[in-house]
Amino acid sequence: MTKLIMTFPVTETSHTLASYRSRGGYATLERVVREMRPEDVTREVTAAGVQGRGGAAFPAGRKWSVIKLNDGQPHYLCANADEGEPGTFKDRWILENAPHLLLESMLIAAYALQVRHAFVYMRGEFDLPYRRLASAIDEATAAGLMGERILGSAFDCDVLIYRGAGSYVCGEASALLTSIEGKRGYPRNRPPRLTVRGLYQRPTVVNNVETLSNITGIVRDGAAAFRAVGTADSPGTRLVSVSGHVNRPGVHEIDLGYAFERLLDDCGGVLDGRALKAVIPGGISSKVLTGDEIMPLALDHESLAAAGSSLGSGGMIVIAEGTCMVRLLQVMLRFYHHESCGQCTPCREGMGWLHRIIDRIVAGEGRPEDIDRLYRISAANDGTTICGLGDAAGYATSGILNKFRPEFEYWIEHKRSRFDGNLVCRASS
Amino acid sequence: MSASPTFASLVPEFDALRRRFPPGFESSLVLPCLRRLQEAWGHVEDSDIAALAEYLAVPRVQIEEALSFYGQLRREPVGRWHVEVCRNVSCSLRGAETLLERLSSKLGLAPGDTSADGRFTLSTCECLGSCGTAPVVLVNGVYHENASAPEIERMIEGLERA
Repeated sequence: MTKLIMTFPVTETSHTLASYRSRGGYATLERVVREMRPEDVTREVTAAGVQGRGGAAFPAGRKWSVIKLNDGQPHYLCANADEGEPGTFKDRWILENAPHLLLESMLIAAYALQVRHAFVYMRGEFDLPYRRLASAIDEATAAGLMGERILGSAFDCDVLIYRGAGSYVCGEASALLTSIEGKRGYPRNRPPRLTVRGLYQRPTVVNNVETLSNITGIVRDGAAAFRAVGTADSPGTRLVSVSGHVNRPGVHEIDLGYAFERLLDDCGGVLDGRALKAVIPGGISSKVLTGDEIMPLALDHESLAAAGSSLGSGGMIVIAEGTCMVRLLQVMLRFYHHESCGQCTPCREGMGWLHRIIDRIVAGEGRPEDIDRLYRISAANDGTTICGLGDAAGYATSGILNKFRPEFEYWIEHKRSRFDGNLVCRASS
Repeated sequence: MSASPTFASLVPEFDALRRRFPPGFESSLVLPCLRRLQEAWGHVEDSDIAALAEYLAVPRVQIEEALSFYGQLRREPVGRWHVEVCRNVSCSLRGAETLLERLSSKLGLAPGDTSADGRFTLSTCECLGSCGTAPVVLVNGVYHENASAPEIERMIEGLERA
């Protein structure tokens, strides 16, 4: 398997500047500022075909190409480190273990996009990731790799960390920018695109931490080398974070197209040797797949789309046989209700309705028509709101209902769970 | 109302922060300043809202809106030890519900409550990106991963004596 990001053994000091430099760190930035033009960098990134690793899989090069160089106004770059999609903890690995890879990549991106100030928007709860990145910024600044006249060139750039304060929706790119403006993190209507009017109405690129962390390697080794990994339509690797009912949860870097079955093996299989009931493959906003559906799949964007789901944020949640899917959906809907920002009526009201209906079913007061109601409210969000939060809750709901409807019917009819309301793997808890 | 001594003591830090941001980014300083005030004082005082609005030349309502929107920011004090249990999907699959019940009974507090002596607050929180090391409990913002009930109970006993 190819490693583009998890290329080194993690030790007590592997996150430091000295260690990063011993692995060839910042040599690519040096070459970029000495020898390359901004448009050359963007051309390489576009040719590599690297897709966004935050969930939407939008090609980064296409996003960058919208930025007009030398247009006389400031441009901004934001790394989305708001990692909050339940089941996802891969960007945290980069922030804690490879902060300089992110910084070098951001500086290269900032050079390509003519950015003087770049931001890392980091979720407010992250503690060690914040301390590691802040110290990496101090190290890089002291070494002349950041700030004014970087490596003796005419390129000036500073990277600032902006810490959130506990809001899931701020991981949505436009809400993230509104939050950096010091306001409530409300998503904005598009158009205009953020690359046209973003932070303080200036052209802004928002890329996921993992997406950006691929930039150094792409520029160093070339687009062709990147495309040699993964599949034709999904080049490169992905960091997947595996959690739930597996023996060895954790972050794995896989070539896109890697077999799910092998990944499950790599994680030591399902807890207690149980059968695999279901997998949520890309954060809870991606549609659930049954064990039988995902077992033969290759992990790439095309295969998962064909199976009716997505690789999303790479947050893979493994669910063992014996788990109650009604309770699982209840946990998810409580979360979406809690995190709806309240701007759009279908989401503000719909999230409350979904949450109350599932609570009612779990309380043994469900009505036979409640299942259709859950479907109807889910569909009412699709495409009718500014951001995707309500859509995602709807996909999660209809996804679970499609695959596990009998469990809901059972609870409504018998006023109890078919699986004792169980969420944990009993034998191991 | 005049600003608290906390606010006054933090002004040099706020000035330094201001210099690090690009010109015209005063509005952006709302969140970092609120976070810093809360870190220093445990919550954000009403009097400091006005002082911050004046200091940054932003509308007071913007600060009030931020305070009511962001889950980590608070205008009321919490206990000296703030215990938060993640209740999202991966933590629930790894026993967060039982853990929360046990901490609740250990502390004699329902989630959301603060003990009468002001020592403990028990809360639930949403996904902290600790799904691979679930369940996770935060104590005053510090992650305790792969948390087991006996281990957290022992820690609480230690804090009770502290």
